[in-house]
Amino acid sequence: MTALLEVVDVTRSFGAVAAVQGVSFPLLAGEAHALVGENGAGKSTIVKMLAGVHRPDTGTLRVRGADVEFTGPADAKAAGIAVIYQEPMLFPDLSVAENIAMGNQPLTRLRQIDRRARHANAERLFGRLGVHLDPDRPARGLSIADQQIVEIAKALSSDARILVMDEPTAALTAVEVDRLFAVVRSLRDEGAAIMFISHRFEEVTALCQRVTILRDGRHVCTEEVAGLSVDDMIRRMVGRDLSALFPKQDVTPGDVVLEVDGLGRAGVFADVSFQVRAGEIVALAGLVGAGRSEVMQAVFGVDRYDTGAVRLFGRPLPPRSPRAAMTAGMALVPEDRRQQGLVMDLSIERNVTLPRARKLSRLGLLWGGRERREAGTWTRRLQTKLGRLSDSVGTLSGGNQQKVVLAKWLATSPKLLIVDEPTRGIDVGTKAEVHRLMSSLAADGLAIVMVSSELPEVLGMADRVVVLREGRVTAQLTRAEATEESVMYAAMGRPVTAP
Amino acid sequence: MSSLATAPAAALQGLLRARELGIVLALAALVAYTAAGNPRFLSGQSIRDILLNTAILAVMAAGQAVVVITRNIDLSVGSVLAVSAFGVATLMSANPSLPIVVALLAGLAVGAACGLLNGVLVRYGRVPALVVTLGTLYIYRGVTYSWAGGQQVNADELPPHFLRFANDSILGVPWLVLIAVVVIGGVSLMMRNYRLGREMYAMGSSPQAAELAGIRVARNTIGAFLLSGALAGLAGVLFAARFGTVDAAAGTGYELNVVAAVVVGGVAVFGGSGTVWGAGLGALLLTVIGSALAVLDINQFWQQAIVGALIVLAIGADRLVAVRIAGSLRKRDSHV
Repeated sequence: MTALLEVVDVTRSFGAVAAVQGVSFPLLAGEAHALVGENGAGKSTIVKMLAGVHRPDTGTLRVRGADVEFTGPADAKAAGIAVIYQEPMLFPDLSVAENIAMGNQPLTRLRQIDRRARHANAERLFGRLGVHLDPDRPARGLSIADQQIVEIAKALSSDARILVMDEPTAALTAVEVDRLFAVVRSLRDEGAAIMFISHRFEEVTALCQRVTILRDGRHVCTEEVAGLSVDDMIRRMVGRDLSALFPKQDVTPGDVVLEVDGLGRAGVFADVSFQVRAGEIVALAGLVGAGRSEVMQAVFGVDRYDTGAVRLFGRPLPPRSPRAAMTAGMALVPEDRRQQGLVMDLSIERNVTLPRARKLSRLGLLWGGRERREAGTWTRRLQTKLGRLSDSVGTLSGGNQQKVVLAKWLATSPKLLIVDEPTRGIDVGTKAEVHRLMSSLAADGLAIVMVSSELPEVLGMADRVVVLREGRVTAQLTRAEATEESVMYAAMGRPVTAP
Repeated sequence: MSSLATAPAAALQGLLRARELGIVLALAALVAYTAAGNPRFLSGQSIRDILLNTAILAVMAAGQAVVVITRNIDLSVGSVLAVSAFGVATLMSANPSLPIVVALLAGLAVGAACGLLNGVLVRYGRVPALVVTLGTLYIYRGVTYSWAGGQQVNADELPPHFLRFANDSILGVPWLVLIAVVVIGGVSLMMRNYRLGREMYAMGSSPQAAELAGIRVARNTIGAFLLSGALAGLAGVLFAARFGTVDAAAGTGYELNVVAAVVVGGVAVFGGSGTVWGAGLGALLLTVIGSALAVLDINQFWQQAIVGALIVLAIGADRLVAVRIAGSLRKRDSHV
């Protein structure tokens, strides 16, 4: 078998974060090759390099033995690489046939588009894939599974020999997955190379011959799937140095603050129950898309839920009311602080006092002095590095912005703090500070729910770990039970075995 | 399966066709009602006036439709018309012997230059088109004012062959109307049958997917604004020839009429769907409404309210159709 594509020693950084460091592996003709790793291991970055969206900082991509340099998605396409994203990229207003042909439209002699040839081509491709789709219907309204079939047809029509599929099965039902796999197997047997990214090991073993494992942006190994057990794969994915543990002071937990009881929302999460006590940090762990943020948004009242109840200090909270949640003593620090947590153009003090504007106002107006005093107290306590309180928040670094968001909610003196990815995108030093802060807040009796994708953070900070997988709680682990393996097993839906 | 799958697609095409059909029906009803009240509405002169008035709006609407289909907007067209009209009128009064063709080409060139600037600012400035063209709306207008310096070009300063061009006909069809028909037809053909046009629909339908599909988004965006500018420039020449007297205020507020024509004509405000000839029909409908109100002796002030109501109706119909189609497609064509 020959290598259709070779990734040779590629590195790519985003700012100070090295997403991919010195990764090499070949992709052979006629193989389905899995790419696995934890959240943030660098899979998506590699996909984007293959798609021509990002360029490697160093290292090269080789297609059929020749070095290539992609200046954009068009180059990758021309080199015969087709990328199928988890959310397919179709044009909803155009017909299915036109979606397939876009960029590669058959022309008549007058350089007009040959609609008949386009239609026939789509029919032929659907025939080859063994599916029934009407080429003339618009792409709008197609199920995700059908959209992926259209994407595959698109790849075939442009004669792509290298197919990169980024978590294609995440939104599919079991029957749809079977149909997709049948199509992929037949392409593979015709000599195409398939790169398959998935969090589901049963799919990797069912479909792929070889697997490349990434960890923290580095290449761990590329091996035959047949020679590896699922346990081996998980161990290699997480087997990192555990020296960077985070300090969490031991606190004797107090009364139950938050009770989440059988919470469910059709298609997103189901039957989620857990409790949080005063002084406790409970981590919600799981893979991206497991529904962690969605659960907490529902608890806070931003999103709806269909079943179950949320109780704070034993009193039920009305659903869909962030205002009631805030009055009852809940605070939520969202994942995307730029979008949801801060008003970038407003001053630091105004941002800090925003949720309390009503209490701070006199005669319905905000007067600078009280705002400034209050903001000063909290920014000092969180050791925020800033110029003047009147500077706009946008001028601060990511870590300090995060502190302003924390200050904003701590100023409301909450009893329960929900933090979603508290340290995403901030540097190691600031990270430790945020952790120290959360720990001291818990010691003061605050109950904290932390959603985090970073395993070391979860293991270091949490008194208890609630693991979600595809919207369901698969494990509730105490601090003693929680290890990299046990959390990953639960997140991957494998039974927890004694290590 | 295939019969089930084609049913909603056929229904959809029917609805899309019905979109332009709706405008035609509205037009027919309006004309019939007005003519019943005042038969002179259908006289040759009246029809001729309506078509001449439509021509300038329709030429601009063709360019605007292309821009809107790519999920942009060009608010500067009224000001571009003024630059071109004043520039060409000045040129013709200074050189009375120049043929019409030179005037038309000069207008196209001036407009294309303005459109190119719009496109470059939108694409490389990464500023929304609404903001960029709102800015250039004032810039181009301001340039025209300072150039004119309070002067205007009067009809008696323009060469007679230039003025006659607005009223002359070929085989009974006025030149202005012929130009509008050729523009609408040509741009329609490009958008429907050529790669460039289909890519523009794709860009408006999903900008992100267009980038990933390797469509030359920069070139096409600039091209759309260039076309819209060039056609506004062409409209400027037609304006100068038709009205004879040109000052720096020419075409003030036209941009809103043009956008209204495009939206009423069934081009989706968020791009990706609609047709150029639909936009042309929209221009015709708006002009007919204006004339009909005059003929029926209804207060002209009502015209704006009616145009406004039509826009709301058009957008409402878009949403309704989109929701219905999405619903029916999901129900009937979901399979595994």
